[in-house]
Amino acid sequence: MSILNVENVHTYYGNIHALKGISIKIDKGEIVTLIGGNGAGKTTTLRTISGLLKPREGSVSLDGQDLLKFKAHEIVYKGISMVPEGRGIFARLSVTENLEMGAYSRTSKQELQQNMERVFTLFPRLKERRTQVAGTLSGGEQQMLATGRALMANPTILLMDEPSMGLAPVLVELIFDTIQQINKTGTTILLVEQNALMALSIAHRGYVLQTGEIVISDTAENLKNNPTVQKAYLGME
Amino acid sequence: MKKENFLWSAVKTGLIVGVVAIFICFVGMVEVFSKRDVIEKLITLGQFVLLAAMFSAGFIASRHTSSLLEKNKPVSNLVAGLVAGLFTGLVLALLVVVGAEVNLRAVFLNATTTLYDVLTLDKGVGNVWILPLIGAVAGLLGAASLLLPQILRRPITQALVFVIFMAFFSGLFRVVMINQGSDMSKAAKYLFGQTGLTLEGTLIFFLGVIAVSMLWSYKGKDIQAGVTRLPKAGRLSLRVIVYALIAYVALGLPQVSGPFIAQVIVTVALFVLMGLGLNITLGFAGLLDLGFVAFYAIGAYTVGLLTSYGAFGLQHIPFWVAVPIAVLVAMASGAMLGLPVLGIRGDYLAIATLGFGEIVRLLAGSDFLAPFFGGPQGIIGIQKPCLGTLGPFIRVDVPRVCNGLELGKPQDIYYIAVVSAVIIAFVAWRLRESRLGRAWMAIREDEDVAEALGVNLIQTKLLAYMLGAAFAGLGGAIFATLIGSIFATSMQLIVSINVVSLIIVGGMGSIPGVIVGAIALIGLPELLREVSEFRFLLYGATLIIMMLAKPEGLWPSQATRRELHHTEVEAGVKA
Ligand SMILES: Nc1ncnc2c1ncn2[C@@H]1O[C@H](COP(=O)(O)OP(=O)(O)O)[C@@H](O)[C@H]1O
Ligand SMILES: [Mg+2]
Repeated sequence: MSILNVENVHTYYGNIHALKGISIKIDKGEIVTLIGGNGAGKTTTLRTISGLLKPREGSVSLDGQDLLKFKAHEIVYKGISMVPEGRGIFARLSVTENLEMGAYSRTSKQELQQNMERVFTLFPRLKERRTQVAGTLSGGEQQMLATGRALMANPTILLMDEPSMGLAPVLVELIFDTIQQINKTGTTILLVEQNALMALSIAHRGYVLQTGEIVISDTAENLKNNPTVQKAYLGME
Repeated sequence: MKKENFLWSAVKTGLIVGVVAIFICFVGMVEVFSKRDVIEKLITLGQFVLLAAMFSAGFIASRHTSSLLEKNKPVSNLVAGLVAGLFTGLVLALLVVVGAEVNLRAVFLNATTTLYDVLTLDKGVGNVWILPLIGAVAGLLGAASLLLPQILRRPITQALVFVIFMAFFSGLFRVVMINQGSDMSKAAKYLFGQTGLTLEGTLIFFLGVIAVSMLWSYKGKDIQAGVTRLPKAGRLSLRVIVYALIAYVALGLPQVSGPFIAQVIVTVALFVLMGLGLNITLGFAGLLDLGFVAFYAIGAYTVGLLTSYGAFGLQHIPFWVAVPIAVLVAMASGAMLGLPVLGIRGDYLAIATLGFGEIVRLLAGSDFLAPFFGGPQGIIGIQKPCLGTLGPFIRVDVPRVCNGLELGKPQDIYYIAVVSAVIIAFVAWRLRESRLGRAWMAIREDEDVAEALGVNLIQTKLLAYMLGAAFAGLGGAIFATLIGSIFATSMQLIVSINVVSLIIVGGMGSIPGVIVGAIALIGLPELLREVSEFRFLLYGATLIIMMLAKPEGLWPSQATRRELHHTEVEAGVKA
């Protein structure tokens, strides 16, 4: 039984038809990756799921509940958190303040403290820098912060938009390790990536998105061996 | 690339500063300032400004020399300063010589004979050589000041700033002290002359500050450590004592200062209220509002309409009841502005709010709505606050009698304004630390992310507009009762611009910054009558200098300070 169900979704920017009827199903506890080139519609997909964009057609549901009838700011209360493209940290707030904002949808002080501890165990670096203003963190630390902030809401599903973007390979490894750790504690993950090799190495299943359409969907193992994927996204001949 | 010769660079600096000095002369500043003394019978404010220009020329040239030569070479530095000051003096001398031959007044109204007299120290054109000589000496001193070791430079700078400050406000201090009785009055006359400091006063202040400053730099650390070592209760009581002292001074101030200063402080407090309001919309939530005066106007007009016994008064309810209503009305109008502009971002928002402010002013002053708001005649006869009961409500055009204490004088309104400002500052501070405050800042940083984290953008932004408007409305309400009448013409765009400027100068998003900004941009020009003529010139100059030298503001918020890595330095200075 899938937990997140995206069905035949069409999203537009004015006249631009960005998503042309895509369907994605994610089961509880999975890491699912959505790979695709620049402008394929990956970010648009995540923004549609999190309610920031409303599709003209199709449905998005979580645990059988229709999400489209909720406003963007209500979606997080349903259990969906996003690590946005380009990290979107609050540059002039401190690390702690950023994390507190992540728990905006959770009112209990105790829960906030627990989640904060959890994030600090996951990213000890953030603990060291908790009073620092977020804009002065390095790229990798900012990615940790954006991830930690999303976790502060205790999501059932975590949407991640290109966490590897602009990071050195070592840091990419570290981030992807953490994604796996987060997943092991029971959080379902939808991981959007251009770095297909890394994404497929930790995902259970994957979808390939091309100009607003899903062209392939398979297990991660099969996708790695799929000649089309290898050629277009893994840089193999 | 070949490095510039330091002498040539000094000449250029001197010439540029000279041109700036001529500009200062031509706008009339030097002549107006000459009526005030810094030190009585010795140096006028006008001469002081010119001296400061020459001194700065020397300082700038000296600093430039160090950077060209990549180190301090005392002789070169001093020569550069001397040359720069000399050339500034030469430019001014040229002005005098040319001015004696050609009638510059045809073009430059302020090129009067008085100006030339000031420039030649009343010694006539024949003695114009004095100018470059003074320039050279001042430039030399400016250059030397850069070479002073830190341990000397700081006390001397502080002492100079303090003396200038005392000289500026000598009139005020004198009046206040003379009102205190014979002993104080004697001291006042010893320190302050009719138009500036006395020579004795200058020396006492200068040496006094140097002594205190030196003492602090030797012993300051120990005192600080002593305070932090105090037990908790001890520190608490120390703090209580400090607050009590501040409260005591604040309570007694209007009694000793007289109505003028009280009124200036009220004005500052009203701008603090507006500043705190805009600090919520702009500083916290990042929503630019250039029509902020509208809410001030709405608060003022509401109190006017509800309490005036003039032709347009609708009611005669007590001031204390009218104020909360005015705040609510302002709040509602904040929502009215907020709703249509919710979706607008950035530059467009500035234009839309600008329009709102102008519409409110034009409507209030229009003939069309004159039957309600009095049009250009405004609303007069606004009731003063009354501590006690008001007489019976008989006829609309007759003032109700206050059975008790009527707070009519500026010294009385002072208490209302200051207490309001303190309460609102506290409210603003609590708001900032609240969940709502966090949501505002998140919106300011990134709307989409904030929304995805669960922030209801519509609600949160509307609250920012409404609370900001409420604070400004309170300011307007007090303003109405202070002046006793309101006219649409006092609700100009420039008020909004003042509020934006004071927030920027104080430090965006910082609550103490609002207070510092209001004192600097509103209070000081009010106190210095000579300066108010050149208010906007100085405003412009201050804003440009601030943006270049201290973009984070005079008293930045914690976050901005952290961002700019000033934490340790700042804490060291403030504590
Ligand atoms: N705000 C926008 N307005 C108009 N078109 C947009 C906007 N954002 C994205 N698009 C278009 O939608 C398509 C998908 O974009 P996006 O989802 O950002 O791609 P990806 O994240 O896969 O790189 C692209 O063709 C892009 O040009
Ligand atoms: Mg993208």
